[in-house]
Amino acid sequence: MIKNQTIKVVIIIAVLIFFLFGIFGIPQSFTPAGLLAAMQQRIHLGLDLKGGTHLILQVQVNDAINADSNRAVERLKDDLKSKNILYGEIVQPDQQNHPEIINVNGVSPQSIADFRSLVADRLPDYDLTSGANNSFTLIMRPSVVKDTKTKAQQQAIETIRNRIDQLGVSEPVIQEHGLGDYQILVQLPGVDDPARVKEIMQSTAMLEIRQAIGGPYNSEQEAMQANGGILPANAVLLKGKNIGGSNSQESYWVVTRASAVSGNDLRTADAGRDENGRPDVKFTLTGEGGRRFYAFTSAHVGERLAVVLDNKVMEVATIQEAIRDEGRITGTFTEQQTQDLSLTLRSGALPAGIKYLEERTVGPSLGADSIRAGVRAAIFGMVAVMVFMLIYYKFAGINADLGLFLNLVILLGFLGFTSATLTLPGIAGVILTIGMGVDSNVLIFERIREELRHGKTPPQAVDQGFKHAWITIVDTHVTTIVSAIILFLFGTGPVRGFAVTLSFGLAANLFTSVFVSRVIFDSILSRHQRGEALSI
Amino acid sequence: MEFFRNSNIDFLGKKWYFLAFSLIFSIAGLLSIFFWHGIPFGVDFKGGTLVYVKFANTPDLKAIRTDMDRAGLKDPKIQRYGETYNNEVLVALEQRETSEAALDQGKNTIIKALQAGEQQQSGKMDLNNTGPSSIQQYLVSKDPLHLGGIDASARYLVVAQQIDDFRNKQRGGVLRSVDELKGVAPPEVVSAMEQDFYTSNFAVRNVEIVGPQVGGQLRKQALWATLYSLGGMLVYLWFRFELIYGVGAVVACFHDTIITIGFFSLLNRDITLTVIAAILTLIGYSMNDTIVVYDRIRENIKLLRRDKLSDVVNKSINQTLSRTILTSGLTFLTVLSLYVFGGEVLRGFSLALVIGILIGTYSSIAVAAPMLVAYQEWRASKTGRATLPAASAPRQKVKAKA
Repeated sequence: MIKNQTIKVVIIIAVLIFFLFGIFGIPQSFTPAGLLAAMQQRIHLGLDLKGGTHLILQVQVNDAINADSNRAVERLKDDLKSKNILYGEIVQPDQQNHPEIINVNGVSPQSIADFRSLVADRLPDYDLTSGANNSFTLIMRPSVVKDTKTKAQQQAIETIRNRIDQLGVSEPVIQEHGLGDYQILVQLPGVDDPARVKEIMQSTAMLEIRQAIGGPYNSEQEAMQANGGILPANAVLLKGKNIGGSNSQESYWVVTRASAVSGNDLRTADAGRDENGRPDVKFTLTGEGGRRFYAFTSAHVGERLAVVLDNKVMEVATIQEAIRDEGRITGTFTEQQTQDLSLTLRSGALPAGIKYLEERTVGPSLGADSIRAGVRAAIFGMVAVMVFMLIYYKFAGINADLGLFLNLVILLGFLGFTSATLTLPGIAGVILTIGMGVDSNVLIFERIREELRHGKTPPQAVDQGFKHAWITIVDTHVTTIVSAIILFLFGTGPVRGFAVTLSFGLAANLFTSVFVSRVIFDSILSRHQRGEALSI
Repeated sequence: MEFFRNSNIDFLGKKWYFLAFSLIFSIAGLLSIFFWHGIPFGVDFKGGTLVYVKFANTPDLKAIRTDMDRAGLKDPKIQRYGETYNNEVLVALEQRETSEAALDQGKNTIIKALQAGEQQQSGKMDLNNTGPSSIQQYLVSKDPLHLGGIDASARYLVVAQQIDDFRNKQRGGVLRSVDELKGVAPPEVVSAMEQDFYTSNFAVRNVEIVGPQVGGQLRKQALWATLYSLGGMLVYLWFRFELIYGVGAVVACFHDTIITIGFFSLLNRDITLTVIAAILTLIGYSMNDTIVVYDRIRENIKLLRRDKLSDVVNKSINQTLSRTILTSGLTFLTVLSLYVFGGEVLRGFSLALVIGILIGTYSSIAVAAPMLVAYQEWRASKTGRATLPAASAPRQKVKAKA
């Protein structure tokens, strides 16, 4: 019995030391300031306590599908031409909502077999169905659509992470946001300047090189007139970026809809200066992109290409000779602009546009105020409870108070070990844990008192009290843990922080109120004289 | 020291009073939800724009309202926030004023309107509403230290962060003049900034903008989380006791939730994400309380086989009364300290818990336990057989282990 008891005490002390290590690690010094610093290193504070910027973005994944379909249309046109298959027209009937659908009208009847085998061969991602009058509909396979969308989201996360990394923010969170489809959560501790963050992030930097068909024109009307009032089906009208020196003059260009190469094909981009000392950006392409660029430039020598950044024509140059994998963007840039531009290019392009759904900024001073208020409330609540327990249960109250203290140590230690984040609702969870911790003690003590009233001896009463209360404690804890787990699964952000501290607290509570408390009672009883009353 | 020794209160005899009490509160809440304030969803669920502004001096709400009207904002909510000495004001825009395409448009309009309300400093930037990376960007382009070279942006970032830290930690977010930076940043930087910056008498401390789409998703998520957690607990109780115990406990929790939300509606206090967390907590808490009573009933049913169920229930409630009052009292104490000392951000959360703990304690005695008796009487009247809803099988095993 005594030996058993010693082992239990050793276990408790080991747990205490273990979780103290969880809170503080091995501190540099044991002064209060040193301990506080050590603790701040181990326990991560949430954005609501530390201050920072929180954004939720929607990736407009249809953009990525649309880009794929555009490419498919171009490829189909080329292939049909080279195989001499005649057709009426190829269109995407609803680019906005159903970019995965392509219609082909008026395929010549004698070529239908060729057309079918060509589509099956060259566009395996699309299902082909035939309609009336030799028209066909190509629909991207659902699995491919889903895959493309998921990839677009992942690439967007990567791209944003790269850009944010280069801003030098410590501990940023950039991850999938589970609530809606294709949403991204961005949390930047210590940044209270969302406008600048968005500037870096939102500059989609969709770099493309396309063929310039006509321009520059001074206005949209002029561009339309020059093309007989209607643009070629494979072309779009884009604004130019003040080309030709006259700054205030706007310019317009007619360029192809499909791009020869895009930001995905980019390997590097660096800010530099051209031979006249003007800031510019030099870029190199990947092998595959280089091959395509070579094919494009060699097919169009003497014609013009347009460097398009975010649907704006940055530069138009005549193709003097076939270029393999290097190029340059020049223009009227400042040095800061070329640096930002090369940074965005280097980070890779966003495959799809993004839209902001939620923006929260917490000023750092507000977070500090919240910590103070929360800690003050926690300490006050805890002291009040402890004092009450001492008065009400006398000696056994010490038992409960020790349990409460150990409970808090274990809870904070858990947070330190798992590097879970402490949020403001998390502090509230700590306070609630104090309340529930007391409940277990009260349940046990009241039961012991009841058994004593029924005339049992102190050891019997303690034994029976724990036995009966144990069942209730298990039931109450399991139900609360069930609801905490559900909160964690279905909740987001601060609510999750609350669920985490609550679950840890409940687990700690089971240990302290049932195991630790029992050990203390037993050690008191072992020193008891027979017939002496229990102080409870 | 001991309260409630050997109490013997006939709780079930008062069931009509309980019923009346519960009905009055539920119906008052429901009336408010359906005919008065509705469910006062906060910005998290409804979408909208909240901007918390700290002023250097006592803010003049009338002047702020005039500024907002001039900027064309439709009926923004403008109110003092937090402790008076903090000089903080909350400006809130409805969801329809929050544009889907440009989410932060409302925020920018508010800031511009406030800046316009002061003496104009044309061409200068407002230092109090410029973040560190924008300051860095300014310094890099201006280059007052003539660094020119490669690591200029890193070095100016350090300076910008020093300025930001000083503003937030030493001056509570609002500087009164650019002069205050002397001694914080290099003199060349300060003199350059004096040329291009002025200080308005306010700073934006906190911003919450939620687009309508997210609001709807969150609302749905909160509802499902609540229903799932009730369902999860019902299943657990079914497994541990009997179905009717689970039903009784879930009805009691439902009762608590409706009354708490009803209170928020009556008081027209915003229901935010953290309030939902509090409601889920109180569901867990109320369940906790109910289980303690149920556990005693289950135990007593076996000990007192001859007694009427209503007597057994009464006895059980009385036996656990001391514990119920103590625990509730102590938890109430911690929650009350949260409400009083926890600061403005936690006020909604702690209010929900303050109400919830009172109601939750009440409901386990006045709703959950009488339901067992009502169920048994209903079954007896239907089948003429008075069986006790006892659940003894799994319990025996647990006991033997413990």
